[in-house]
Amino acid sequence: MSMIRKIELDVLKPHLPGILEFARAVAALSPDYRVEVGVVEVDDKTQTLTLTVDGKALDYSRIQEVIESLGGSVHSIDRCLVVGEQDREA
Amino acid sequence: MQSMNIASRLRLALRISRANTIARRYFVTNGFDGALTLLGLLMGFRVAGEVAHEIALAAGFGTSVALGVSGLSSAYISETAERRQELDRLQEAMAKPLDGTAHDHAARIAPVVVALVNGLSPFLIAQAILMPLWLEVVGFGLTISAVDAGIAIALLLVFLLGVYLGRISGTHWLWAGIRAALLAIATAGLILVFDI
Repeated sequence: MSMIRKIELDVLKPHLPGILEFARAVAALSPDYRVEVGVVEVDDKTQTLTLTVDGKALDYSRIQEVIESLGGSVHSIDRCLVVGEQDREA
Repeated sequence: MQSMNIASRLRLALRISRANTIARRYFVTNGFDGALTLLGLLMGFRVAGEVAHEIALAAGFGTSVALGVSGLSSAYISETAERRQELDRLQEAMAKPLDGTAHDHAARIAPVVVALVNGLSPFLIAQAILMPLWLEVVGFGLTISAVDAGIAIALLLVFLLGVYLGRISGTHWLWAGIRAALLAIATAGLILVFDI
């Protein structure tokens, strides 16, 4: 079975909660998740972010769930790294 | 959000809605209302002469309940409307409904928190001012007049609210406290001037 190792998302979110809280909420999903957030654009009430998550086996649906529970929405998956069966131990 | 406990959800809702700042402001403004209203009432009893403690307490308690309910209901109604409008605007900007999100919770929790602060602040301040009357009525004989003691507590509480405001605004706490106390003294003076 393949595993998602890295994913880069284009996210639109309200100004609050801030990006630190946003990143922390995603990182809290698993101890091995590393989250990087960059603000791409700031509007009157919203921000567009590039949210990059890497870990041993990312659970995309839970990541999306957390983003949506904090008022954000995933516009697109811009980049991803998925490994197959042989690379799982790497 | 599902994995967050109630305390974390409440903290997040307060941060998103900035309800803590609004509640702090309401605490001071309605606390002032409560203290000055009770000060006015006690000054009225003082200029009227001898009034039974039970009557003064009943009037003061009734006033404090009315202040509490007024603060609670007015803040809840206005905050609910404000939050609903804010959420609608945010949904428009996000181009999606925000049902079940932290913002939806914040829009529902913030009016309750703000209303509780707005209602409890004058009510509790009024109870502190009425404390000497309560003590007299339940049988603790005071060495000074319960009405005068209540007036002194009211002045002290107004001073403390001023000190609190001074600390928030970064001005000197003593000056802020004295300024607030002077307002209360002026109120008491006005009542004495219009003594009928």
